[in-house]
Amino acid sequence: MNTINLTINGIEVEAEDRTPLLAIADRIGVKIPTLCHHPLVEAYGVCRICIVEVHMRNRVRLVTACNYPATNGIEVLTDTPRVRRNRKMILEWFLSRCGHVPILNALAAEYGITEPRFGRGDDTCILCGLCVRVCSDVVGANVLGFFNRGTTRYVGTPYDEPSDACIACTACAQVCPTGCITIDDEAELVRGELPLGPMTPIYIPTMQAVPHQPVIDHDSCIHFKTDGCRVCASVCEPKAIDHGQQDRHEEIQVGSIIVATGFQPVDANKVPQYGYGRYPNVFTALQVEHMVNASGPTNGQALLKDGSKPKAVGIIHCVGSRDKNTHEYCSRVCCMYSLKLAHLVHERSDAKIYNFYIDMRAAGKGYEEFYNHLLEEGCEFIRGRVAEVSDWAVTPLEQGKLVIRVEDTLAGFVRRIPVDMVILSTGLEAREDAAEVRRLFNISCSSDGWFLERHPKLAPVSTFTDGVFIAGCAQGPKDIPDTVAQAGAAAAEAMALIDKGHVELEAYTAWIDEERCSGCQVCVPLCPFSAIQFNKDKKVSQLNEALCKGCGTCVAACPSLVAQQHHFTDAQIMAEIEGVLVS
Amino acid sequence: MATATFEPRIVAFFCNWCTYTASDLAGTARMAYEPNAPVVRVMCSGRVDPQFVLKALQEGADGVLVGGCHPGDCHYQEGNYTALRRFRLLKRVLTQLGVEDERVRLEWISASEGDRVQHVVDEMTAQLRTLGPFQQVRS
Repeated sequence: MNTINLTINGIEVEAEDRTPLLAIADRIGVKIPTLCHHPLVEAYGVCRICIVEVHMRNRVRLVTACNYPATNGIEVLTDTPRVRRNRKMILEWFLSRCGHVPILNALAAEYGITEPRFGRGDDTCILCGLCVRVCSDVVGANVLGFFNRGTTRYVGTPYDEPSDACIACTACAQVCPTGCITIDDEAELVRGELPLGPMTPIYIPTMQAVPHQPVIDHDSCIHFKTDGCRVCASVCEPKAIDHGQQDRHEEIQVGSIIVATGFQPVDANKVPQYGYGRYPNVFTALQVEHMVNASGPTNGQALLKDGSKPKAVGIIHCVGSRDKNTHEYCSRVCCMYSLKLAHLVHERSDAKIYNFYIDMRAAGKGYEEFYNHLLEEGCEFIRGRVAEVSDWAVTPLEQGKLVIRVEDTLAGFVRRIPVDMVILSTGLEAREDAAEVRRLFNISCSSDGWFLERHPKLAPVSTFTDGVFIAGCAQGPKDIPDTVAQAGAAAAEAMALIDKGHVELEAYTAWIDEERCSGCQVCVPLCPFSAIQFNKDKKVSQLNEALCKGCGTCVAACPSLVAQQHHFTDAQIMAEIEGVLVS
Repeated sequence: MATATFEPRIVAFFCNWCTYTASDLAGTARMAYEPNAPVVRVMCSGRVDPQFVLKALQEGADGVLVGGCHPGDCHYQEGNYTALRRFRLLKRVLTQLGVEDERVRLEWISASEGDRVQHVVDEMTAQLRTLGPFQQVRS
């Protein structure tokens, strides 16, 4: 591209040939008013408010700065009396149509218009077409268009019906200079669905994500719906966004593996008597956690579905834990997170909080103190497993409320407690695909689906497969401090294995007495590790002890008894059999 | 001839990774089971030579129990399949020799199934108690 020289208001500028004047003026800080211009959309020059004076070879012209390409030697003046006079006229025409739009009135004041000569109209749309162009050129949804001609021209959707093609991206409302497009606020709906995932298509998965980089959600990104948009790519200065990226499968050679695949919360639908999914104000703890997060959908407030603050909240512990119908084990973390939610909800909504627990398990540093703190805060603790949650009111007090029916085992009678919101403290369970992962790494699972450690006390992060370690909730329910400690242990074990630089072989490998081997080769195909090779010259089978894992399958198969296994020779086992049968 | 006081003697061959660990688990979980089945630990059920079973019966055992990992779970990939193949063959020989079906048994018990070890040993002991002592096959 050629470089050219021009002057803007007397300032000499160097620019690429055919760059729009507006861009150059913007760069050197000369302000030119615009209405129909947006950097993401191709310049259109329809509102004419950006007109400037261009002096070129004895000719003076008025041009629109947004789409006029700069050429060598031109002189641009942006604020001459002629420019001002023309802009004033344009503004007066605009006001005759849209007399009460703030941005137009602000510009009018700037250009000294107090009472427009042609009156003030009541419309709000200046027909700049920015919304139409964004919808078709950027988003690619092609919903908006111009209809009719002349004075009856307007922007709308086909047949003025709500369009199915609209993806509710709200881009049109965001680019509209006069603010005449409004989006029906469906906060009610949003709150109703309580999105637990990201709120925008581009997000950083978690606050602690590694690598700490944003990702694009393929399902909600506009580009993957309409093939348009790519606004993110155009504003990203380092050009880091590539919408064409495909999933890749990479093979990585590693020395050891730590399996930390975590848990999944128990599905609250499995405990139907608590009404999750039936009553709108029955939430899982994770949903409330999402709400009380300051960056969540309700800005940190625990709200009911109708948007109001609850006056009484019941927290039901052990949902999907300590229950023969779901999981018999204790999920360990629910007591403490329930107390935390009780504290936060009480603090933010001033609601009366009832905790329904079987046993309060606050074992941990500072946990019991926190429990005591909540007792002092005035939280109610009712010991007993909740029988059911219903909206069946017996007394006028229960009208329109959720009623928790529970046997108070300390008081010794059945109580009915009306509340506005129910929080289910769902337990932890092994991930759905734990069995697949287990098979992949050849490790074992306990009957609950948690990965089994080699030894609960002596090898708590090792597995039965060398070089594979486990950490976190994949091994069993545990809280964050425990998980971090276990992860550290697993990392140290993995490092120790790598750092040693050599691998210790099992002591109980097999060996073959070559002198006596008949060369029948029965053992050769039996070895799953290909440790046995047939030596064609010597006509005997030979065993590579470095490859042998010591299962002894070949030993059991050898018809001439020349394959033997250290510590498990035929003679030793025979003797052992004799030994156990001596009575 | 089965009497209430007859206590069968069972030799149990347990693989180190699954069934032996499971019996260990049964122990740590304080699951009591019949003491009639002393365990001979082998690294893999694939190490169990059919001769071991014959030897045990010859030495006066009333039953033999072989425990391995579930199919697909073998620590050595396929040792338990080898064990299964040998067991099928051995079973045919033993049946022809007149050894009752209950006396020799192959079970898949994973490391977490301590209760299954308890169940299998208790069940087998009870069966052999009714069956009575093993009458050795004489040539």
